[in-house]
Amino acid sequence: MDTVNFRDLSVAETDTKTMLAHADQQSVQRRYEDFLIVDVDGHHYENMSYAEIFEYIEDPVMRQQAKYQGYGGGGIASATSGGGYQNLGGRVTRNPRVNAEVTPKDTHRDITLTKRWMDAMGIDIVCLFPTPMLTLSLTPRPEVEVALARAYNSWLCDKVLSAESRICSTLYLPLNDPEATYKMVKDFAGRKGVVGFTVVSPHYKAVYDNAYMKTYALLEEANLPLVFHGAYAWGGDQSLQLCNKFMAVHALGFAWFNILHMTNWLCNGLPERFPKLRVAWVESGLAWVPFLMQRLDNEWMMRSSEVPLLKRKPSDYMREMFYSSQPMEMVNNREALELTFKMINAETQLMYSSDYPHWDMDLPSTIYDLPFLSEPAKRNILGGNARRFFNLEPVVSELKAKRLAARASS
Amino acid sequence: MADVLVCKDGEIAEGGVRVIQAGEVEIGVIRHDGKYYAYRNHCPHQGGPVCEGIRMPGVLDIIGEGGIFLQQDFDQKDIHIVCPWHSYEFHLEDGVNVCDKRIRLQKFKVVEKDGAVYINV
Repeated sequence: MDTVNFRDLSVAETDTKTMLAHADQQSVQRRYEDFLIVDVDGHHYENMSYAEIFEYIEDPVMRQQAKYQGYGGGGIASATSGGGYQNLGGRVTRNPRVNAEVTPKDTHRDITLTKRWMDAMGIDIVCLFPTPMLTLSLTPRPEVEVALARAYNSWLCDKVLSAESRICSTLYLPLNDPEATYKMVKDFAGRKGVVGFTVVSPHYKAVYDNAYMKTYALLEEANLPLVFHGAYAWGGDQSLQLCNKFMAVHALGFAWFNILHMTNWLCNGLPERFPKLRVAWVESGLAWVPFLMQRLDNEWMMRSSEVPLLKRKPSDYMREMFYSSQPMEMVNNREALELTFKMINAETQLMYSSDYPHWDMDLPSTIYDLPFLSEPAKRNILGGNARRFFNLEPVVSELKAKRLAARASS
Repeated sequence: MADVLVCKDGEIAEGGVRVIQAGEVEIGVIRHDGKYYAYRNHCPHQGGPVCEGIRMPGVLDIIGEGGIFLQQDFDQKDIHIVCPWHSYEFHLEDGVNVCDKRIRLQKFKVVEKDGAVYINV
């Protein structure tokens, strides 16, 4: 009779490293220490730090409201996209359990938790995004969006980005107020770890509005990219509120808002007006891109007079933009996926993203294990393309550096 | 094939899971309704620790006469293993994925004898 080691889950403590132990095994097996891995879309739960963030609200009356009322669900933002049940009635366990995870007091909790999952997956650098505040764009009070965006951005710079070189971010732009959007870039460009700015895609302002041109020009001049981060709107969107399942609103919403803004971006010739402005489309998967390329090219051949700024097919411009990989559609569709990679020039334009800790996260192996990619293509997608897109200084994780040193000495 | 001791009968509480390391293989032993089930703790999707999530009954749509939707209900006869990474679901009884029968967990035989629980690895 053999004896065995065992873990009894009823007494196990919540620990990200244990939860992701299999990801760590993948990292070791695939020798991720041999190359840089950048995750262009990881998240944290900034709601765990609301008490700190609210202190950064500049308006004292709004600050008092936020501290008294909280953020959503009757709170100060009262975003209209509520009703999401992303954790599937308790099936996704890591989010509620993370509240019980023990972290050391001498490092900000967000940094510790983020680095734990990064290390387990073999990720060297992450571009960090918020979670509940991704729906801040839907608050009916534009001044609240501006105030909270400034508070969050200031807090993130002070508490996280300034303290940890492996975490960077593209900061939130409050698009409902074009002047505040411009000022945000003015005030925060150049802060440590700020590698670009984000448009949260569910919003109801047109990206071609002349009011935004000076922001695009400023970003281009500062050599900082613009990221469109997908998300959903539910209760406040007349089309999507026809969905009665979160699966439906998520599948459509995250792609739909990027399809909408990409279409307007192209049909108003913004790539010609700001040819050096790098643009990325994040967290919408990839299947929508070939669809939109075909659709717009077909229309453009018949209606180019309507969009005279476009000198080439819409898909030609789209192939020069950047895309994040997650949630990569990969169920029984290897052939379609390979064609998608070809259509978007994935080897130079696709950037790996995990979306961890969200429910549909992807590990680096989703890219590394694709049989139709060469080793250089895998490494580009897992890190090289992001390094180029964000102008990143490579920082190798301490864990991977140790593995490399151990290999060298053995 | 070797019998590997998991525990004395009753050491795993009802609804509990013990994850054992048998050589290179990690196996989750689940106790549900007094029965033991053993599966490799590896989700065929992205490699998640499938046995470390929760178990939940399958969900049914109840459709009335004329195709009218009435409500949803839990199917207590069909308990699912839910992978904690991405919520891929597998029937507890046989380890088959609930969406695609071609995807299944590796199952191990459980033997109860002399007041102890073993798995055949």
